Amino acid sequence: MQKATIQLETLTCPSCLLKIENATKNLQGVQKESVQVLFNSSKVTLNFDEEIINLEKIEQAIATLGYVVKKSQVKAL
Amino acid sequence: MKEQQMQKFILEKKNNIAGVSALLIILGFTSEFGFHNESLAMWSLALASVLGVAPIAIQAYQALRVKVVSIDLLVTIAVAGAFVIRNFEESAIVTFLFLFGAFLEQRTLQKTRSAIKELTELAPESAWKQREDGTFGEVAIDEVTVGDILLVKTGAKVPVDGMVQSGEGYINEASITGEAVPVGKHKDSRVFAGTILENGTIQIIAERVGEDTTFGRIIELVEEAQDSKSETQRFIDKFSLYYTPFVLILSVVVWLIFRDMELAITILVLGCPGALVIGVPVSNVAGIGNGARHGVLLKGSEVIHDFSKVNTIVFDKTGTLTIGNPSVADTIYYTAEEEKTAAYLVSVEQESDHPLAKAIVEKLGEIGTYKIEKTDVARGGGIVALVDGHRIVVGNLALMEEEQIEISDQAHQDIARLEQQGNSLVLISVDGEMQALFGIRDQVRPNVKSHLQRLKELGVKHLVVLSGDNQGTVDVVARQLGLTEAYGHMLPEDKAAYIKRLQKEGRIIAFVGDGVNDSPSLALAQIGIAMGSGTDVAIETSDVVLMNSDFSRLPHAFGLTKAILANMRQNIAIAVGVVVVLLASVFLSEWMNMSIGMLVHEASILVVILNGMRLLRYRLPKER
Repeated sequence: MQKATIQLETLTCPSCLLKIENATKNLQGVQKESVQVLFNSSKVTLNFDEEIINLEKIEQAIATLGYVVKKSQVKAL
Repeated sequence: MKEQQMQKFILEKKNNIAGVSALLIILGFTSEFGFHNESLAMWSLALASVLGVAPIAIQAYQALRVKVVSIDLLVTIAVAGAFVIRNFEESAIVTFLFLFGAFLEQRTLQKTRSAIKELTELAPESAWKQREDGTFGEVAIDEVTVGDILLVKTGAKVPVDGMVQSGEGYINEASITGEAVPVGKHKDSRVFAGTILENGTIQIIAERVGEDTTFGRIIELVEEAQDSKSETQRFIDKFSLYYTPFVLILSVVVWLIFRDMELAITILVLGCPGALVIGVPVSNVAGIGNGARHGVLLKGSEVIHDFSKVNTIVFDKTGTLTIGNPSVADTIYYTAEEEKTAAYLVSVEQESDHPLAKAIVEKLGEIGTYKIEKTDVARGGGIVALVDGHRIVVGNLALMEEEQIEISDQAHQDIARLEQQGNSLVLISVDGEMQALFGIRDQVRPNVKSHLQRLKELGVKHLVVLSGDNQGTVDVVARQLGLTEAYGHMLPEDKAAYIKRLQKEGRIIAFVGDGVNDSPSLALAQIGIAMGSGTDVAIETSDVVLMNSDFSRLPHAFGLTKAILANMRQNIAIAVGVVVVLLASVFLSEWMNMSIGMLVHEASILVVILNGMRLLRYRLPKER
């Protein structure tokens, strides 16, 4: 398991949170309960299994929704 | 893939699209009213609508794919509806306002978050690390691990928590302690990440890195706090989850019943819950940001809510109301062999790290000491020791009575007098005979009295001091400072029990302590406030941290939480009020249409953001 912290561009609408949350939760290999989308700090934190999915795929899923990923950090759990 | 790139391009150019559609709208209206060129007007407005709705529709579609009915969907359908009834003016204006509103919201929201961002940007990003050949090279902060030797140059940030190995310099520790006075550092001094070396050059060994450093912890705490949700917030979130689909259904029903497309799409636009969902988090982030700037760390919105309701503040005395560095004010001997008694006393007190013991050792200084054969610590009372074959009892009056040591009338008078003057007493007896009495006093922190007065003005009814000292000392402090209640002879568990009792009476309590001895009370009180000079314990165990132990920040913190709560209420009232007025006017007035609805809606969002921003500038009103 790895923990990713993904910094997005300033989030402005709280309904964005729901979109990002749903999009990342439904990815194979992402631990559902770990997904947290933070409005004010405009960050996503989640745990994922690096054998099933990689960070690029997760970033891709967020970018598809129309949110720009600024930078990401991954830490082994 | 190509399709995705297209979508991405459109979303990235959202702001430009808003600009182009603004120009097209101006062109449309001038050609219609200026030149009566109906067809040019129609085409430019239609083009503006199509351009403008593109990014909105993409967002709506992407949201639907992950099963979210978003505001974008409402707007997209409304614009499509306007197209169907060939009302291009409204479709153009609505899309433009929606895009332009989003742009303004982003700008203003960044402002509300600026205070916290300033703090996180203080985090060091690189360090000069010693390589294997002994030279130093610059590396990213992530590459530094515990045990590395790092070089810090003049003007640079200290990258980690560590120990100085060599070199000297002055460091500004404002980011940790809130105090901008440079502190001298030399070999074996401790340095903290995020502080700035103002002059000199030092080499340090890394002891804690990244998120484990004191500064890292502070940032993590504030970042968590700004996004913590109160019960109100969770309710609003849940509410808006069902609200948006509800508006969609409502407008379909209205259309089916009245067959009025104009009315149906107007309802879609009016129903957007924007200001309601954004109002509370905006107050939260601006308020916590204000605190962070003023040396007050508030751990989240529950804390803000509870703290603002506090009616009783309980203080620890030593280190909180007083500076916490007591010194000997009076010494009275009842023996001719003063030196011998003093030597016994120092021998015993050297072993202890109690503040009173330290004060005595400091006063008596370096005198010949004896070997201690045996010691017993009487908790909350003192020490019983065997020194040089003599039985020495050092402690308070209660301990002397317990040990059945006779106290002369003269001594009783002295004790009463010193107690009344606000001294803590230390008595010493040798082989059952009382030989000396020490009166030790701690200075009250400067300006505490006026700060306590501010708290009263802000609505705190009871100001209580609890202390392990004797009642006389505590009473003197209470009288000096105008506290409402004062209790002495309290052990840590007594304090906790007292707080429990007050809570049973229904009082809402904040406990202010130094975070070291009083963790049970800090944990038990609804709000635990630690006076911490960036100490780990203070940061971990409390709900509110006053940086640099600065007492003046307590009234600011209390006033701030009240202001934040009031601000949230205002924002909720504005948001709900606007939606009610809009929906009512759809049915009751003639002038309401989709464009006005969107304008009012976007304006209300900006109003709540601007209202939240006021918190960034919050200060306590000037003293009466």
